[in-house]
Amino acid sequence: MPKRTDIKRVLVIGSGPIVIGQACEFDYSGTQACKALRSEGLEVILVNSNPATIMTDPELADRTYVEPLTPDALEKIIEREKPDAILPTVGGQTALNLAVQLDELGILKKYHVALIGASIPAIKVAEDRLLFRDAMKEIGIAVPASGVAKSLDEALTMVEQTGYPSIIRPSFTMGGVGGGIAYNLEEFKEIAGRGLELSPVHEILVEESVIGWKEFELEVMRDAADNFVVICSIENIDPMGVHTGDSITVAPALTLTDKEYQRMRDAGRRIIRRVGVETGGSNIQFAINPDDGRMVAIEMNPRVSRSSALASKATGFPIAKIAAKLALGYHLDEIPNDITRVTPASFEPTIDYVVVKIPRWNFEKFPQADRTLTTQMKSVGEAMAIGRTFKEAFLKGIRSLELGKEGLLFKRPQIDDHDDQVGASDHEDTELRRKLVIPTDRRMWALFRALDKGWDIDKLHELTNMDPWFLQQFKELVELRKTAEMIGLRDMSFDLMRTLKRAGFGDGELADILGVSESGVREKRYELDVKTVFKRIDTCAAEFESFTPYMYSTFERVCESAPTDKQKVIILGSGPNRIGQGIEFDYCCCHAVFGFKKEGFETVMVNCNPETVSTDYDTADRLYFEPLTLEDVMAIVEREREGNVDVSCVVQFGGQTPLKLALALQEAGVTILGTSPDSIDLAEDRQRFNQLLWDLGIPQPASGTAISKAEARDVAAKVGFPVVVRPSYVLGGRAMAIVYDVATLDRYMSSAVDVSHDRPILIDRFLEHAKEVDVDCVADDTGAVVIGGIMEHIEEAGIHSGDSSCVVPPPGLGDRHLATIRDYTRRIAKALKVVGLMNTQYAIKDDTVYVLEVNPRASRTVPYLSKANGVPLAQVAARAMAGKSLAEQGITDDMVPAGVFVKSPVFPFVRFPGVDTILGPEMKSTGEVMGGADSFGMAFAKAMLGAGQRLPESGAVCISVNNEDKGEVLPIARGFAELGFALIGTRGTAAYLRAQGLECSVVFKVNEGRPSLADEIVNRSIQLVVNTPHGRESFFDDKAVRRAAMMAGVPCITTITGAAAALEAIRALKTEGLDVRALQDYYAAVASS
Amino acid sequence: MNAILALEDGTWFQGVSAGAPGETTGEVVFNTSLTGYQEILTDPSYAGQIVTMTAPQIGNYGVAGADTESSKPQVAGFVMRDASPMASNWRATGSLRDYLIRHHIVAIGDIDTRALTRILRSSGVMRGVIATGAFEAAELVERARRVPHMEGSDLVKQVTTAEAYDFETSLADAVTDASFGVTPLRRATRPLKVAAYDYGIKTNILRRLVAHGCQVRVFPASTPAADVLAWRPDGIFLSNGPGDPAAVTYAIDNIRQLAEGTTPMFGICLGHQLMGLALGARTYKLKFGHRGGNHPVKQLDSGAIEITSQNHGFAVDPDSLPASTRVTHLNLYDGTIEGLRHVSKPIFSVQYHPEASPGPHDADYLFQEFLDEMEKTQGA
Repeated sequence: MPKRTDIKRVLVIGSGPIVIGQACEFDYSGTQACKALRSEGLEVILVNSNPATIMTDPELADRTYVEPLTPDALEKIIEREKPDAILPTVGGQTALNLAVQLDELGILKKYHVALIGASIPAIKVAEDRLLFRDAMKEIGIAVPASGVAKSLDEALTMVEQTGYPSIIRPSFTMGGVGGGIAYNLEEFKEIAGRGLELSPVHEILVEESVIGWKEFELEVMRDAADNFVVICSIENIDPMGVHTGDSITVAPALTLTDKEYQRMRDAGRRIIRRVGVETGGSNIQFAINPDDGRMVAIEMNPRVSRSSALASKATGFPIAKIAAKLALGYHLDEIPNDITRVTPASFEPTIDYVVVKIPRWNFEKFPQADRTLTTQMKSVGEAMAIGRTFKEAFLKGIRSLELGKEGLLFKRPQIDDHDDQVGASDHEDTELRRKLVIPTDRRMWALFRALDKGWDIDKLHELTNMDPWFLQQFKELVELRKTAEMIGLRDMSFDLMRTLKRAGFGDGELADILGVSESGVREKRYELDVKTVFKRIDTCAAEFESFTPYMYSTFERVCESAPTDKQKVIILGSGPNRIGQGIEFDYCCCHAVFGFKKEGFETVMVNCNPETVSTDYDTADRLYFEPLTLEDVMAIVEREREGNVDVSCVVQFGGQTPLKLALALQEAGVTILGTSPDSIDLAEDRQRFNQLLWDLGIPQPASGTAISKAEARDVAAKVGFPVVVRPSYVLGGRAMAIVYDVATLDRYMSSAVDVSHDRPILIDRFLEHAKEVDVDCVADDTGAVVIGGIMEHIEEAGIHSGDSSCVVPPPGLGDRHLATIRDYTRRIAKALKVVGLMNTQYAIKDDTVYVLEVNPRASRTVPYLSKANGVPLAQVAARAMAGKSLAEQGITDDMVPAGVFVKSPVFPFVRFPGVDTILGPEMKSTGEVMGGADSFGMAFAKAMLGAGQRLPESGAVCISVNNEDKGEVLPIARGFAELGFALIGTRGTAAYLRAQGLECSVVFKVNEGRPSLADEIVNRSIQLVVNTPHGRESFFDDKAVRRAAMMAGVPCITTITGAAAALEAIRALKTEGLDVRALQDYYAAVASS
Repeated sequence: MNAILALEDGTWFQGVSAGAPGETTGEVVFNTSLTGYQEILTDPSYAGQIVTMTAPQIGNYGVAGADTESSKPQVAGFVMRDASPMASNWRATGSLRDYLIRHHIVAIGDIDTRALTRILRSSGVMRGVIATGAFEAAELVERARRVPHMEGSDLVKQVTTAEAYDFETSLADAVTDASFGVTPLRRATRPLKVAAYDYGIKTNILRRLVAHGCQVRVFPASTPAADVLAWRPDGIFLSNGPGDPAAVTYAIDNIRQLAEGTTPMFGICLGHQLMGLALGARTYKLKFGHRGGNHPVKQLDSGAIEITSQNHGFAVDPDSLPASTRVTHLNLYDGTIEGLRHVSKPIFSVQYHPEASPGPHDADYLFQEFLDEMEKTQGA
C-alpha cells in the first residue's frame, strides 16, 4: 500500500483542448496517472474540457467532469467531490497554472485540499524565471545572464546589459507563447510588448542569447526518499534558438562524453532537489557551448511534459504512471519495471537503439504566417522513429511525417521549396545559405540540398551550428544515395542493398532515387534476401528478458517479434498529429483496440506518434512503433502471419493515413475488416458517389470536376457561383475555398498542386446561409444502422465542420428534416455496405436536405458523441467489424444524448501574428472542448469558457455587420440591450439599430479614424464584438478588429448564428449561473428515467 | 576490411574491422553504458576480455587525453554496432578508430550487437575470437574453444605496476577535476597517507582519493603486507582489477594479514572480492556479470538507492559470509552482494565503482567514509 494513507480521493486535472505546445501527450500521461491511482485503490475525480480523450472515458475515473478548466468550475467540483488531494502534474502547463490559481484564490485552503506531485513553492521556483535563476545561482549552476521585467521600460534597461540577440520569455505561458528572439531594438520592443501582454502575470524574462549552443534535455525522476534517476537524455539537433518542440531531437544524447553527461546528470539532481519537486518527473533543459564545453541550465518543468511522453516511448519507462505512484508516497524501488518484471523502477533505462523525433508543422494552412522557428513553438504534431542507428531512425522519422513529395530529402530542387524558382546558381547559393542560417520547417531539406551540392561539413556547421557528427551522418546518407543512383537497381549487390536498408532508406525512397517502381525495389530486395526484422524495446539493452511486445523494425540478423498463433487484428493508427487529423482519431484507434479485445482478438497496434495513448505499450497486446507506409505495414503483416494465422487490418479509425493504404493492402492480399476499400473509394470518387446518390434519389448540391481553368469555368457556369472548390482526397479541408467569381476561380486553379485526372479539383455549388448538420452512424454486416447522433452546426455551412461549434440534440431542426436525415443516412450506409462507422454531412437550405459529403470511417466527432451519449461509438463499431452485430451488443435504437452538449473548436492564431482569424472551409482549429448542461445556452457558455472565451455578463457589445445581416442582428442586439449591455456600432450598423429604436453609440472602423473599434478593444471598453465579414473592400478593417480582439482576449463572433448562441449563453450565465455535473451523473439520470 | 567474431558455442558474426588489423581472443562480455567508451577501453579490469558495447553509436566524441583510466587501452578486443568515422567534441584529440589502431586493439563493427548480447545473457559470457581479413568461421570457433577460461586466471600480474610510486595528478587531470569532477563532500582535515594496492587500478580512484585530500602511494599487487605497513599508511586501499579473485592468492594472504591490524581498509570491485576471500568468504562467477552504468544498489542502513557504475564477472557468495562481516549494499537487479563491512574493524568494501568514470557519481560518499575511518583511527 502507498505510504500516504491520508489520501483517498484525488482530483486529476487534464490539459484541456489540443493546442500547439500542449497536445495529446497529456491524454497519454493523464490516462496513465488515472489507471495508476485507481490500481492503488484510490478514487479518482477527473476534470478535462476535452472530450476527445481517453482519460475522459467514464470507465477511467470514478467521477469524470468534462467542464471548463477555470478556477470557478474547479471550485464547484472541489466543493462537490471533496477530494483529499489534487494531482496537477499530468495536465501540462494548464493544470499547473490552474493549481497556482486555486492556491492564490484560497480555494485549496478553504476545502483542505493538498497538492501532490508538486508543491506551490516548487511550481513557482520552476516557473518564475527570476526565482529559478536565483535558485540556480544558490546551488552554483550557471544560467544565461538575465533579468525580469514587468514593463517595457524595465525590459529596455535590461537588454542594454544582456545584449543582442536577446531572448524574451514570458512567465507562465505554455510552449513559449509570446516569446521570441530579438536581433535589434525594434524587434525587441515588439516582442517584449507582446510577451508582457500575453503573460498571465505580465512579466517577461530578458535573457542573454545562447543561440547556437548545443541543446540537451534530461528527463529525471525523484521519490519521497530523495532517490533520483535519469530516465532519458535528449539531444536537440537544432541548436539553441529553436523551441525544443520545433527541433528535431534524438535520444539518447549522442555527442556528450561521459564527463559531460555526468556533469549534466549531477546538475539535474541538484536542480530537482533545489526546486523542490519532491516526487515525480521533471524535464530540465541545458545548453552547452560547443567551443569550450561551458554548460548552463535553461529551464525546468516540474511536471510530465511532451518530452517525458517522448522519453517514455523512447525507453519503455512509463514516466507518468510511475510519477503518479511516487506522488502517493511509493519509493522507486517499491515499483516494479513492467517490461522486465524482475527489476525495480529505481534504475536508469539504457537503450540499444536510436530514437529520432521530427516535428510536423501545418504552415500550409496559414500562408501569411512567418515560418521562422524561434523560441515559440509552431509545430502541431510530431513523429518518432526508432532504428538501430541514427541514420535509420532519422530516415524512418522523415518517412513517418507523410509529407508526400514535399518530404523527399533527395529530390531535385524544384520541389525542394516552392517560394523561389531556381535561377542562377549564385543566387541559389545565397538563397540556400539563408535557408540554412534562418531555421524554418524546411531547413532540413535545404541542408540535404546543400550536401547534394557538395557543401562541406565545416561550412554547414558554421551556417547551422548543428553538431558536425550529425552533419557527417547526413552526408553519409547523401553519399549512399549517390552510390545507389550510380549502381542502379539491376546491378545492386546484397551488400549495397543491405547497407541502404540499414541506413533507413524506404523502398519508396529507393524507387524514387533509382527511377523504378516501389514494387520493383521490393522484389529485388526479396531476391537478395534483405528483410525486415523486429527488435524489442526493453529499457535495459537486452540485459534482461522483455515480457512486453513493444517493437520496432530494423535490418539485422535476429528477429524478436515472436508472433503468436492467436486470432489477430492489426489496427493502423493515424500518425503524427496535424490540423484535421488529431487526437480524435487516436481516441478511435484505442477504442478499436478495446472493442477487438472484447471480441477475443489479439490486437496489434501500428503507429508512429509518441504523444498518443495508442502507442502506450499496454493499450494493445502488441505494439509496433513504425511509420504508416505500405512497406512498413506489410513487413509487420508478413511477420505476424508467421504465427500461421490470417492477419486482418483495420483502416477506418486512423483518419486519412490508414485509408490511403487500404487499396494497396487489399491488393497485397490483406483482409481489410469492416467497410470494403471499394466502398471507401466510392465515397471519395466524385463520379461514382454522384451516381450513387442519383440512384438513391438523394439531393446534393450541383457539382463537377475539373483539371484545368477552362473546365473549372465550365463547371462553375453550370452549377452557378458561389462554388466550393477543393482537391480530391484531402482531410481537414486542405486547400478548400469558397469562390465567388471567375477571376478567383482562375487563380485557384493555377495555384492548385497535384491535379490530375485521378485527382481532379472538385467543384460544388456553395449553399449560402444553409444550416449544416453532421451525422455519425454505426452499421453492422446484418445491415442494421444505428445513428450515433445528429449534430447541428452553430455556424452556417461554409465553415469547415471541424472549425464549427455544434450541438446535440439539434435544437433547430424540425421533425420532418430529422426524419429525412435519418432516412438518408440509413440508405447511404446500406448502399455502401458500411460495417463500422460512417460520417455524413448535410446542408439544409430552402427546406431541402442536401448531402454534402459521406465518409465511411471514424470521424472527428465520434469521441464527442461517445461522451454525450455515454456509449463508446468507435468500440461498438470495432465489435461490429469483429462480427458481433449491433443487436447482439444490445444496440438497436438510435442513440440519444444524456443532456445538451456543445462542442467548440480552439485555434492556434495567437502563435501566428499576421494571420487572419476568419474561418472558412479550410480547417484551422487544433482541438476542441465540450460543454454540457440542460439548456443550450448554458452548454454553449461552458463550451466557450472551455475554449478560453469567457463571455461577458455586462459591459459593451460592439456590433458591426454587413447589410445582409442587419435584419437578423436586430433581435440579437435587442437581447443584449435587455440584458443590460451597452450597444456600440460602426456607422451603418449603429444607424440601423437606432432607426429600430435601440440606443447605440458609434465607433470608427479601423480605416475611418481613431479611436477606432480596434483601439476600443485594446482599451477594454468593449467586452464583446459581433463582426460579420463586410466583403473584400473592408477586409483589412475586419481583420484588424478580429486580431485586436484575439490578442486582448475579447470574444469576437463572426456569424449571426454564433451571435445568437452567445446571447443565449450570456442569458443562461446571468440567470442560472455556472454549474458542474459529472458524466456519470448525466448517464445515471438517463438510465433511471 | 571484413572481420569475424566467433564464439565458443559455434555462433559467429560477420562485420567490418573497426580497429587494428589482426586477431585477438578473450572472454566476450557486454557493457550497457551509453557513454564512456574510452574509460571502459582503458579500465584494466577488462584485461583478457572482448567488450561489446550495447549502445549502438560508438566513437562519436572521439578520444581525449584526460578520459583514460590507465596508460593505454586494456581490453582484449572491442565490439560495436556502428563506429563513428569522425570525432566531434571540443576536447577530442583524435578519432576512436585511430586510437584503437595506434594501440593495436582489434575491433569489429556493423554486427547485430543486440543478438550477441542476448546470446551472452542467456548462455552466459563465453570465449571468443575477433579476426580481421578472410577466415573460415568454423576455424575461428575452434580457436575460441582453445582460449583459456577466466576462472582460475590470475590476470592481476599482467596489469599491476612493477614498482611502487607516488601518485601525482598531472595538470591535465587537474583541469578535468576542476570542470567535470565532483566536489568532494569534504576534504581530509590533516594529510592522510593511503597505500593503494594496484590490482589494475583505475586512475579516477586515485584522482578521487587525492581530491579528498589524501596522499597516495601505489604498490604492486604482490607487495608484502609488512612492506606496506612500513610506509605507515593511515589507510589501505584495495583496487579493482581483472580476472578470478580466487586465483590471486598472494593478495588474499596479504589482505588477511593486514586485516589483523587496525589500519582502515577500503576495497573496490576486485579489491572487494579479495577482501571477502581474505575474511573467509567464497566467490563465484556470475553468468554474464554486471557491466554498465545503471545498476541500482540499495544501502541497507539508510534505504537509499544509488545508481552505480559496475564492471565485474565474479561476486562474493552470501552463503559463505563469516560472522565477522555484514552486507551493507545489495544489487536491486539480482540481489547480489554489493557492499561488505567488518562488524568490528574499520574495513569495508563495495563491489561497484564509486569513482565512476564512466558512470554516475552517486556513491562518491564512500571516499568520505574512508576519510572518516582513517581520521577516527588516528584519534583513537
